[in-house]
Amino acid sequence: MVVNMSIEQDEIEKIAELARIHISGEQIGQVTQRITEILQMVDQLQAVDTRDIEPMANPLDATQRLRTDEVTESDRREAFQAIAPAVEDGLYLVPKVID
Amino acid sequence: MHNKSVAHLVQGLREKQFSSVEVTRCFLDRIAARDSQYNSFISVDETSALAAAKAADKQLAGGDAATLTGIPIAHKDIFCTDGMRTSCGSRMLDNFVPPYDATLIQRFKRDGAVILGKTNMDEFAMGSSNENSFYGPVKNPWNTDLVPGGSSGGSAAAVAALLAPAATGTDTGGSIRQPAAFCGITGLKPTYGRVSRLGMVAFASSLDQAGPMAHSAEDCALLLNTMAGLDPLDSTSSEMPVEDYRARLDNSLEGLRIGLPREYFGDGLDKATGECINVALKELEAQGATLVDVSLPHSQLTIPTYYIIAPAEASTNLSRFDGVRYGHRCDNPTDLHDLYTRTREEGFGDEVKRRILVGTYALSAGYYDAYYKKAQQVRRLIKQDFMDCFEQVDIIAGPTTPGPAFALGAKSDDPIAMYLEDVYTLAVNLAGLPGMSVPAGFVDNKPVGLQLIGRHFDEARLLNVSHRYQQATDWHLQHPAGGQS
Repeated sequence: MVVNMSIEQDEIEKIAELARIHISGEQIGQVTQRITEILQMVDQLQAVDTRDIEPMANPLDATQRLRTDEVTESDRREAFQAIAPAVEDGLYLVPKVID
Repeated sequence: MHNKSVAHLVQGLREKQFSSVEVTRCFLDRIAARDSQYNSFISVDETSALAAAKAADKQLAGGDAATLTGIPIAHKDIFCTDGMRTSCGSRMLDNFVPPYDATLIQRFKRDGAVILGKTNMDEFAMGSSNENSFYGPVKNPWNTDLVPGGSSGGSAAAVAALLAPAATGTDTGGSIRQPAAFCGITGLKPTYGRVSRLGMVAFASSLDQAGPMAHSAEDCALLLNTMAGLDPLDSTSSEMPVEDYRARLDNSLEGLRIGLPREYFGDGLDKATGECINVALKELEAQGATLVDVSLPHSQLTIPTYYIIAPAEASTNLSRFDGVRYGHRCDNPTDLHDLYTRTREEGFGDEVKRRILVGTYALSAGYYDAYYKKAQQVRRLIKQDFMDCFEQVDIIAGPTTPGPAFALGAKSDDPIAMYLEDVYTLAVNLAGLPGMSVPAGFVDNKPVGLQLIGRHFDEARLLNVSHRYQQATDWHLQHPAGGQS
């Protein structure tokens, strides 16, 4: 596949939207510049022959350990909700989503 | 008292030369009097530290002390501490008081240690200079115009300035070893999975690992004995049995084979730093070790590989910060989308945002194979280089960093220049290996670190080699002029 290394500003805006990070108008130019430099740096990898090389997700090639499906934790809802920005009646509050 | 090793403090407490309250008080007073110069702590809770010390003294008097009973330890502010703020160096978690302890913290409590305070760090452990902290940069105790390294810069500076006898750190690409080198202390990144990651704020989950930072290899061994071991609540924690890391410290180095990767001694290495490393290697040779020329042919690919894998995993891990369940939330959000995007704009610093964006890009539709999968494939080649070397040698040695500590501000506007600082340390995390940095001299009064890399789960051998080296040298016993008195 062909990777386009010069990333455009509108593409950064799209990525920022996917990442749910607002970037102000005055910063977008510099952010685009920095990200472009980083992507140019990592572009070296495209030249490496990796045919038949299995991707490595875990450095020890370990697989997830499973446990028996038993309840081992106590209910600590109050402690967890005590540190939330906004709760009411045991629910987390967010701005209205549907009218 | 402040310049005693952990091993000596353990002995002194048992022999009633002093109490834990006295030891803890001594370090708390030093922090209060001196840390304004270094900014190495984010939070110190004197009342609870002294209460824990008092309880430890009771245990010591009752004769039922555990291995670290009464020893004050500083913890990187990435480990959740029940009832004590855990900021991770970020505005996002400036108000976060965890309702539970990280497994690592639980283990230190189980073994009697006192929490001295929480140390400064690069935001979410992303950085190599400690200039990315919401709480301001940490200064290097050897020279306050220099960076202490990062991301565990607060832990390294606190130990170097004798504000704590030992500390914990985390290392995703060099974040224990590089600040240990810059601050002239001893730091160990264990094998991936050796120490539980539960309750340690996640950066890059396939790379992150916690480890000890102290003056000597012996002290690191003592701390690792407490830290290491299976945690059923961390599915990536290892089932490999844990040994007593002090048991083999004094073993002879006769017959030890040490590989010197020629890629670690090339053009990028500062000449004077290289000379310190060569002198250190001669010392190991004098103790019976054999130096062997080896090669890690994919070394030049470690930076690009790391800067895809780490940001990709970070972008996933940091998606949890949404302003809903804990942490920062923007004022007066107009809708849910505004809540997310503005909370994250305000809560994260520039470097964290950059890495989230790079990671999001590398994982996005159409680019996954070209970036993330490709990096995972090259990661296997990088690991295989090490496995091939370990067919010929027992450990690998070289510099921890390309040169000594640099000036504050020198690289903070240039992310790529900053990334190059970790050129010798990143591969160890990609391969999941244990690595150490050991004080090995000075260049213009700036400390230099010797890096030792071992086979998976061979921490005891790294500690053995470092300990033998420290029996013959006194670099690790030297302290910055400002910290002596």
